[in-house]
Order: sequence, then C-alpha cells, then structure tokens
Amino acid sequence: MASDRDTRQWRLATHPLETSNLEITFSGRWCLDQRLPSPDDLAPVLKTGTSRLTFKTDLSSWDSAFLAYLSVLLKLCAAKGIEADRDGLPEGVRHLLAMAAAVPEQKITGRGGGRHNFLHRIGVAAVEFSHGAPAMLRFLGEIVFSFGRLLSGRVRLRWHDLWWEVEEVGPRALLIVSVISFLVGLILAYLGADQLRMVGAQIFIADLVAIGMVREIGALMTGIIIAGRTGSAFAAKLGTMQVNEEIDAFRTLGISPIDFLVLPRTIALMLMVPLLTLYSGFVGMLAGLLISTTIFDIGLFEYYNETISALELKHFAVGLVKGSVYGAMVAYSGCLRGMQCGRSAEAVGEAATSAVVTSILLITISASILTIIFYQLGI
Amino acid sequence: MATAVPIEVRNLTMAYGEYVVQHDISFTVNRGEIFIIMGGNGCGKSTLMRSLIGLQRPAKGTVLYDGQDFWHVEAAEHERLKRRLGVMFQGGAMWSSLTLAENVALPLGEYTNLSPHLINEIVSFKLALVGLAGFEDFYPAELSGGMRKRAGLARAMALDPEILIIDEPSSGLDPLTARHLDHLILELRQNFGTTIIIITHELASILGIGDNSIFLDVQTRTMIATGNPKQALRSGDPRVRHFLTRGEA
Ligand SMILES: Nc1ncnc2c1ncn2[C@@H]1O[C@H](COP(=O)(O)OP(=O)(O)OP(=O)(O)O)[C@@H](O)[C@H]1O
Ligand SMILES: [Mg+2]
Repeated sequence: MASDRDTRQWRLATHPLETSNLEITFSGRWCLDQRLPSPDDLAPVLKTGTSRLTFKTDLSSWDSAFLAYLSVLLKLCAAKGIEADRDGLPEGVRHLLAMAAAVPEQKITGRGGGRHNFLHRIGVAAVEFSHGAPAMLRFLGEIVFSFGRLLSGRVRLRWHDLWWEVEEVGPRALLIVSVISFLVGLILAYLGADQLRMVGAQIFIADLVAIGMVREIGALMTGIIIAGRTGSAFAAKLGTMQVNEEIDAFRTLGISPIDFLVLPRTIALMLMVPLLTLYSGFVGMLAGLLISTTIFDIGLFEYYNETISALELKHFAVGLVKGSVYGAMVAYSGCLRGMQCGRSAEAVGEAATSAVVTSILLITISASILTIIFYQLGI
Repeated sequence: MATAVPIEVRNLTMAYGEYVVQHDISFTVNRGEIFIIMGGNGCGKSTLMRSLIGLQRPAKGTVLYDGQDFWHVEAAEHERLKRRLGVMFQGGAMWSSLTLAENVALPLGEYTNLSPHLINEIVSFKLALVGLAGFEDFYPAELSGGMRKRAGLARAMALDPEILIIDEPSSGLDPLTARHLDHLILELRQNFGTTIIIITHELASILGIGDNSIFLDVQTRTMIATGNPKQALRSGDPRVRHFLTRGEA
C-alpha cells in the first residue's frame, strides 16, 4: 500500500546541481482536491545565489493546481532574474503555460398564446393562486433549514451582504421613518385630545401616544415603510439575478441561493426593523409631547411623568417582537417573489410589486395574530 | 466501477408545460470525446443542456452518468454527480455582484483546501487561458458580451471538471478568439481527458474539433442525425448537409 500512498501524495525536492543551478523535482499527485504547499515557501530556497532553474518530474497526475503552482514559481524566477528552463516539464504543462501567455421559423403547437375570455383568465388566476400556497410553504421551509445550517455551523454567513443590507435598512431609512412617525404621533395626539376632552382627561394623551406608538403603530409603520423600500428592492434584485441565470449558476454548483442570498437579508431585517421600531416610538412620543404642550396646554413635566408611568418594559418587548416579526415577513415576501421571478425585465417589476403586496398582507395577518396572542398572555 | 460510457441520454423528451421542445432524444458520449450539439435557433439545445445539468427535469426519459440515473438518484448523489460538471451558460451567467476573480474563485473556495495565494493564482491562470489576463478586478457589467462569455468559460473550468458543458462558446467571439478557444478545448481534452459537450453553430468548430454530434431538428422536434460531423457533411441526412453548408447543398 505504501507505493499507492506515494502516488496519491505530492512530493517536492530541491537539489543544487552546480553552484548556481538548482533542480526542482515534482513527483506524485498535484491536484486541486489536495492540500498543496504554498508556493511562497520556495522564495527562500531560490534566494541563495541561483541563476538557473531546471525541472524534473515524475507525476502520477496533475491539474490546474500544479499549473498555478508553477506559474507562481516562474513569476518568482522572472522577478529574481533566474533563468527557468521548462524542458523538464511535461509537454501538456508547457502547452498550457504557453496558451495562458499567448493572449494576444417553425410551427408552434401546445403553447398558450392568443387571448382568452374574462372567465377563462379568472379561472387560470384562481388555479395559480391555489398553487401559490404550497410554494410559499416550501420557501418558508427552505429558509428554516437554512437557519438550521447556519446554527449548526454548516453555512458561513455572508457578513459583507449582511452589513450592506443593515446599512440599507437602517441609516438610510431613518429620514422617512422619522417623518412618518412624527406625523402619526401628531395624528394620535389630536385624535386622543378630542375624545379625552369630553371626559376631562386630556393628560391621558400621553398614555395613548406612548403605548400606541411603542406597542403597535411604531412597528406597523416601520414594517410598511420597509416593505415599500426594502421588500421591493429585494424582489427586484433577486428577480434580476434570476433573469441573468445567476441563481441557476449557484444551484449547479450545489450552493444554496437561500444560504447565500436570502439568509443575510432575513437576518438584517430581523435585526434592524426592531431598532427602527424603537426609534419610531420615540419620534412619535416627541410629536405627542410637542402638540400637547403647545396646543393643548399640558405641562412639559406632567406629560413626561405621565409617559414614564404609562410605559412598561413589556410594551417595549411587544414592540420589538412585532418589529422583528414584521421584518421577517418583509424579507420572506421580498425574497420569495424575487426567487419566483420570471425571466424578463417585466417579470422583475411584477415581482417587486407583488413583494410589497405580500409583505403588507403578511404584516397585517401577523399583527392580528400577535395582538390576540399577547392579549391572551396578558402582556 | 467506471463504465465506458460516462454520459447516456435515453428517450429524453423536454417540454415547457404542454409545449414539447424536443422528443425522444437518445445518444451517448464517450470519455474524452468532444461532442457537438447542433441545430437551428430555438430547436431546444439550451433546454437539452438544462436537462443534462440538473436544472430542468425532463418530461420523459432520463440522463445517466456512469450508469447512474441522474434524475432518479437520491438528492445527495444527484449533488455529487453535479459536482463533476462544469457548465458555461449561453449568456455567461457571471454573478454580477462579484468581480471576475471572485466569480472564478468562488467554487475553488467552496470545494478545495487550497491556500488563498494558490487560489488567486489558479484564477489568474484560468482567466489568462481564456485571454482575460488582467481583468481580475472587473465586474461582469464592465465587460463586453464576448468577454463575459469567456469569463463564463473560465469559471466553468475552475474545478477542472471531468465533464465540461458549454453553451455556444464561440457565438459573439471574434474568429481569432474562437480559434484560440478551440485550441484550448483540445488541450483540455488532451491533458485532463475532459469530456466536452459543446452547443455551437460555428461551422469551423463543428468540423474542426467535433468527434461526434447530434442534430436537433426544429420542424420534426427530434434528433435527425448522429455521428461524426465530417461524415455527416459528406454522406449524412440532407437536412444536416444543408445546415453544415449554410444552405448551399
Ligand atoms: N422558459 C421557457 N418557457 C417556455 N418556453 C421556452 C423557455 N425557454 C425556451 N423556450 C422555448 O423552447 C424552445 C427551445 O429554446 P432553447 O433556448 O433551448 O433554444 P436553443 O436551441 O438553445 O436556441 P439558440 O440557438 O438560439 O440558443 C424555443 O422555441 C423557446 O421558445
Ligand atoms: Mg441556446
């Protein structure tokens, strides 16, 4: 078995022939699937006053890895002014090294086509819709498995993509989130002021705005903004990749596009939407404060104290959980529609639109479910 | 365990929904053979390729690699068989968010234990082989169509695959580059024993490097000839001769 092992391993030997002539012998197997030595290790060997390099080979097999190793070596020689004599190399190797340096109408049947009447189209749309549900569940399952692979360490997270998305969702969305949260806070304050005046309890504006913004509206508004901004962008980006066969290229290599593309986006949104939700809550309360103190004659301190007493940790927790769930819903819808995209520019547009619609639908459904759950739990 | 026939296609029928693109395609590709798939535009060559590489389940029939039924083995084995293939798509299909070097390096980084330095060197070497030395840091969008295509070939060759499947390597390439790629394909076969399936219309390539071929007909939606392209030109089906002489015979 020893000789068998020998032909499966790479071997490298250097011996000086004359004072300035160094001979390198390559033997065994030099292939891509091995742990080959780093060509940098040869630099010190070459240093010692060599002016000529010759090769001897006894290779059982070789591929591009050997060629790459040799080309590093040859570049090193050229840099050091060492003359490398390629005669000792196999003919194929010399050829490939030289090549790398050489640069200088029909009948169509069975296809849809033609316009169908209204009822037909409704029927087709209904059938397609019912086919949509299993596909959505399958995609959900794929994401869950991908998270599993991440947690078990079988998949490396694409940090670069994650940070890019975090920046895209976070800092760049601040302005629009600020504006909308401020206005919604203002609306809430006015709405409350009118109703509460009838019972002479205008100070409860503070409770309404604080709890309303932190618990519900902050997350809802942020979710909807992110659906429009980011969910559509995800769908367009993945859709375009689908058009260019890029996703197919991942699949043929056995690399899961879910791991590579969907996972970082989902994580980015699940992290960032809760933070934006918190921020949105504060901006909303600020608007409430501003309106109450300037228009409804509530004292600054009164308002502040009322807000502090109304807000409990659980409200923040509810807001954060909702933010995270809505973020996940947006990422899921955006990526789903992007991956389902057809192979045309038009399909990319449809995917983006459909992503926003699906996101908002899912956000609303999960908002209702979460509200019922939190109520039942007494949170 | 390796049998003589690495690729066998049996009664393959490919369809998009109800629309049958090609039916009853059967052929075998031997090891180290350069196999040409030819036929008019839209006859289903690219669709056939998608069935060969695992992207599109055939409507009927199957593809065998070394006797293993590609479309009916379990998932892990299916993936392992896919790993033996290197594929170049008709449009290049370079990942647009990665540079050329990153595109070629990605499979190497995923599936080998080589040092980053050696990987970089392999990447540069492969790009040099397709005549793109020095374009390592370009994004695909910054390249011409022909260059993108060659970059696609460099990526397909990244892992020195046993079987290389190339969709129209020479369309959109200048004649000298096309000839350079033909030489490269011959060198790959010669040195690595690579089995190469080429979809092409390029008459010079078909007659110059093809060992064996099939011709897919647009009208009858099936294959009408197999065999050595030079022989087909001399004595084959009149429709194939018509094609190979650009309609002059
Ligand atoms: N995604 C698809 N959905 C429906 N029909 C398709 C699809 N892709 C291709 N077709 C049809 O299948 C047929 C074969 O297409 P294919 O791309 O395989 O042709 P081809 O032989 O590669 O042509 P070319 O020489 O132009 O590359 C064409 O008639 C085309 O209209
Ligand atoms: Mg094609």
